[in-house]
Amino acid sequence: MDIEAPSYKWVGTRPVRPDGIDKVTGRAMFGADFSLPDMLTGKILRSPHPHARLVSIDVSKAAALRGVKAVATAADIPEIPVDNAFVGDAPTNFRHWSSNVLAREKVLYDGHAVAAVAATSPAIADAALALIEVDYEVLPHVIDVKDAMRDDAPVLHDDLFTAGVEPKPDKPSNVAKRVEFTLGNTEAGFAEADVVVERAFRTKAVHQGYIEPHAVIANTAEDGQSQVWCPSQGHFMIRAACAKLLGIEISQFRVFPAEIGGGFGGKINPYLEPVALLLSRKSGRPVKMVMTRAEVFRATGPTSGAALTVKIGALKDGRIAAAEATLTFEAGAFPGSPVGAGCMTGFAPYDITNVKIVGYDVVSNRPKCCAYRAPGAPIAAYGIESVLDEIAQRLDLDPIDFRLKNAAKEGTKAAYGPQFGKIGCIETLTAAKDHPHYGAPLGPNQGRGVAAGFWFNFAGQASAAVNVNEDGTAIVTYGNPDIGGTRASMAQIAAEVLGIDYDKIRPIVADTSSIGFNDITAGSKTTFTAGLAVHEAAKDVVGQLRERAAKMWDISVDAVVWENGVARPASSNAGDFDPLALADIAAMAGKTGGPISGHASLAATGAGPTFAAHICDVEVDQDTGRITVVRYTAVQDAGRAIHPSYVEGQMQGGVVQGIGWALNEEYIYGSDGRLQNPGFLDYRIPVASDLPMIDTVIVEVPNPNHPYGVRGVGEVPIVPPMAAVTNAVASATGVRMTELPMSPPRLLAALENGS
Amino acid sequence: MIKDHVSTTINGEPVEFLCDPRQTLLDVLRDELNLTGSKEGCSSGDCGACSVMLDGRVVCSCLVLGAEAEGREVETIEGMAQGETLHPLQRVFLEEAALQCGICTPGFLVAAKALLDRNPDPTETEVRYWLAGNLCRCTGYDKIVRSVLDAAAEMRGK
Ligand code: FES
Ligand code: FES
Repeated sequence: MDIEAPSYKWVGTRPVRPDGIDKVTGRAMFGADFSLPDMLTGKILRSPHPHARLVSIDVSKAAALRGVKAVATAADIPEIPVDNAFVGDAPTNFRHWSSNVLAREKVLYDGHAVAAVAATSPAIADAALALIEVDYEVLPHVIDVKDAMRDDAPVLHDDLFTAGVEPKPDKPSNVAKRVEFTLGNTEAGFAEADVVVERAFRTKAVHQGYIEPHAVIANTAEDGQSQVWCPSQGHFMIRAACAKLLGIEISQFRVFPAEIGGGFGGKINPYLEPVALLLSRKSGRPVKMVMTRAEVFRATGPTSGAALTVKIGALKDGRIAAAEATLTFEAGAFPGSPVGAGCMTGFAPYDITNVKIVGYDVVSNRPKCCAYRAPGAPIAAYGIESVLDEIAQRLDLDPIDFRLKNAAKEGTKAAYGPQFGKIGCIETLTAAKDHPHYGAPLGPNQGRGVAAGFWFNFAGQASAAVNVNEDGTAIVTYGNPDIGGTRASMAQIAAEVLGIDYDKIRPIVADTSSIGFNDITAGSKTTFTAGLAVHEAAKDVVGQLRERAAKMWDISVDAVVWENGVARPASSNAGDFDPLALADIAAMAGKTGGPISGHASLAATGAGPTFAAHICDVEVDQDTGRITVVRYTAVQDAGRAIHPSYVEGQMQGGVVQGIGWALNEEYIYGSDGRLQNPGFLDYRIPVASDLPMIDTVIVEVPNPNHPYGVRGVGEVPIVPPMAAVTNAVASATGVRMTELPMSPPRLLAALENGS
Repeated sequence: MIKDHVSTTINGEPVEFLCDPRQTLLDVLRDELNLTGSKEGCSSGDCGACSVMLDGRVVCSCLVLGAEAEGREVETIEGMAQGETLHPLQRVFLEEAALQCGICTPGFLVAAKALLDRNPDPTETEVRYWLAGNLCRCTGYDKIVRSVLDAAAEMRGK
C-alpha cells in the first residue's frame, strides 16, 4: 500500500470527541446505568475456599424464598466436552470458561462462582444466597507458582498433562504448557561474552483495575430471543461466548454495547453475561447483575504473577552475544497465562544472534488470569531490561547507547520468528536520548533509569458502514466498543476521506445485529482495524458520489474526480460543470439511484509493531523506603497519530499502570488461600498525588500497511515502566531490586542488607 | 421494611423520595431518582466516582445514607452545566482530552469544582492532593490535572 502524502486536514488534529458531552454531563450510559421495567436483581454465591470438591448444592430453601424468581447452578448449563471446547481457531477454551462462569464438580479459587439467584430486590437476592446450602469437601490448595510446580503439589485438574514436552508426561500436573523459542546457539554465544549477568526475578499478580465493575442486563423473551446490554471489549465476543456456553444459536442474541468504564483486557471474557441470560430465561424477566468491587478483585482479571530468570552475555564493545530467559507464569485456575507473548516480546527490541527463551504456563488456586494491556510483555521486559541495565553499567556504557548498539531494525530476525519490516525502534531510542530529560541534573537521593519495550499490535476482522444523510451529513457505524476515544478517530478518518467537516459526521458503535462482525477492542487494534474498515467504507461512498455526479452531468464516471469534498470534472475535456458538494449530491440521491451508503467488511493484517523507550527519575526516602517517581518521559512510535491527545493519553495511562505494578499493586493471599486485599483501599492503584506529569514524545515511523501509517498505540506504554523504575531505584540506591512491587518495607529491607 | 420519606433539594429542585433506611444516597440517586451520572466504583469510599456535593461539601455518596439528605442540598454532575452551557471544567476536560473511558469523569468534575469554588488559584500539588480521593485508571491523571489548572486560569481571567 502506498503511504498517502501527509497533508491531512483531520488526521493528526485534536477535535473534541463526539461522545464527549454525554461523558462530562453524566448522560452517558455505562453498564450499570441501564434498567428495564420489571427487572430482577441477580447475584452470585461465591466459594470461600481456594480448592474444594462440590459434594452437593441444595438450592431448595433459596428457591422457596418469597421474591426469588430463579436459581441457577452449573447443572443448568451444558457441560462442554473436551473435543468441542474451541470455536474456530480462536484460543479460548470454552470448557474452561463454562466451569469458570459456574463451578462444576470443584471450586478452584476463593471467589469462584457456585450458584446464582434472581430476585425482586437486592436484599432478597442476598437473603437467598445465604439460604443456599453447599457441601464443600475442602482440598489442599496451592497459591504460589513455584509451589504449584512441585511434585507433591495439589493437582487442580486431573486431565491436565503438560503440553509441549516429549515424551508426554504420564501423570497430570499443574504445568499446562511449556513453550520454547530459540535462535542460534546461546552456549557458543556465552562462551564468547566478556560479561555475563544472570538474575532471578519475581512479580505479583496485578489487576487491570478498571473503575467500572462488570455489569449486565439480559432479557429473554418467551420465543428465546435475547437482548443483552453490557460493557465489554467486544459485544460480538460476548454474543459468541454466551451462545457457546448456553448452547444457543447466535441468531437468538442481540448484544448492545454499553459505554465501557475501562477494560485493559479484563473485559474480553464472559463472567456475568451468560449467568444473567440463564436467570432471565428461567424467570421470564429481565435480570440485572452488577459486581461489587470485591467480586471484581476475587473473580475477574488479574494478570499473572511470575518467576523469571534472565541471563545475558555481552562483548566489551557492547554487542549482545547471547540471551536466555525462563519465564514461569501463573495462569490462575485454568490454563492460559500470557507466557507465550512474554517469551515472544522480551528480546524483540534487539538484534541478537543467539537467543533461547523457555516459558511455563502454570495453574494454581487463583482466579483465572485474563489479558492485561500487552499481556505478558511487561513481565518479560521487567527482567530483561533490568539485566541489560546492569550489563551497561558493568561495561560502563550509556544505557541508551548500549540499547541502540543492539537495536532491531528493518530486516532483523526476531527470536519468535518473523523478520521485521519497517519499524521505529532506533528512532524511538534516539528520540529518548535527545530528550532534555535524559541530560537533566538529578537531586540528592534521586536516580534515573531507562527501559525499552515492544508490542506486536494485532489486526483482525472489522465491519463499518458510512451512510450519507439527505442533508449532506454522514453517520459512521462501526462495531468496536469505544473505550478511549476511538469514535473521534473514526470520524476523523471518514472526514479525511469524504472531505467534509468532522462536525458533519456522527460515529456510532452499533449492536451485534446492526453491523457485520467485529473482533474485540484489544491488542491495540481498533484504530488500525476498525479505522481501515471506516476508511474503505468512506472510499466506497466516494465512488458512489462520483457515479452520482457523473449521472447528474451525464458524463463518464472516469471523468469525475472527488477532491476536498466536491465532485468536479477531471479535466476541461470532460465538460464545464460547477463542482457538486456532498450535500448537493445527497439531496438528489432519490433521483440518481437511491441512498448513498458505503460498506466495508475486512480481515486486516499488517498492524505493524511498536517500540517504546522510557526515562524515569525516582527519589528514594532512605528512612522509610518510599519511592517517589519525580519525572517520567515516555517515547513511542505511533506510526501516525490520528488524534495525538488520545495517543498521549494511552501512553500516560499505560505508564501509570506500570508504575503501580512496580511500586504498590499486588494480590495478597493468606495461608488460608483467601485474597486479603479485594478493595481499592488495600489494593492501591496510583492516585494523582503519587505522580508527576507524564511527558510524552510521539515518534512517527509510518506503518507501510496502512493508508495513513497507523500503528497500534495502547499497549506498549505499559511494557517498559517496571524496569525503568527499577533501574532508576538502582541508580539512586545502588541496590538492584528483583521483586515487585517495590513497596516501602521491601525496599527498606533491601537497603538494610545492601543486597 | 418501612421506608423513610425524605424531602431534599437536588440540583436546586425540591425532591421527595422514599428509601429503605439502609439505602445509600448513591443508590437513591441512581436507582430511585434515575440520576445515574454519579457512578459506583467501589461503594467503600475509595474511588470517588460517586462524588456529590452535600451542603457545599464534596462527599462520597456511597458513604452517605439516603435518609441523611433530609432537609439538605445535594448537587450532582447532572446539575453542573447550565442549560446548554457547560461549566468551564466540563469544557476544558473535553478540549484537553482529560477522559478516556469517562467512568471517573463525573466524580472528578464534582470534586474539581469543589476545589475551585474554595481555591480559585490552586497549585499543581494542591490539585493533585485534592483529587487524590478520585481514582482514574485510564489517563494517568496528567491531562486531568492540566485541565483543572487551565480551567481555573480561565475562570480567574473572567
Ligand atoms: S463508589 Fe463511592 S467512593 Fe467508590
Ligand atoms: S477515564 Fe477511565 S477511569 Fe478515568
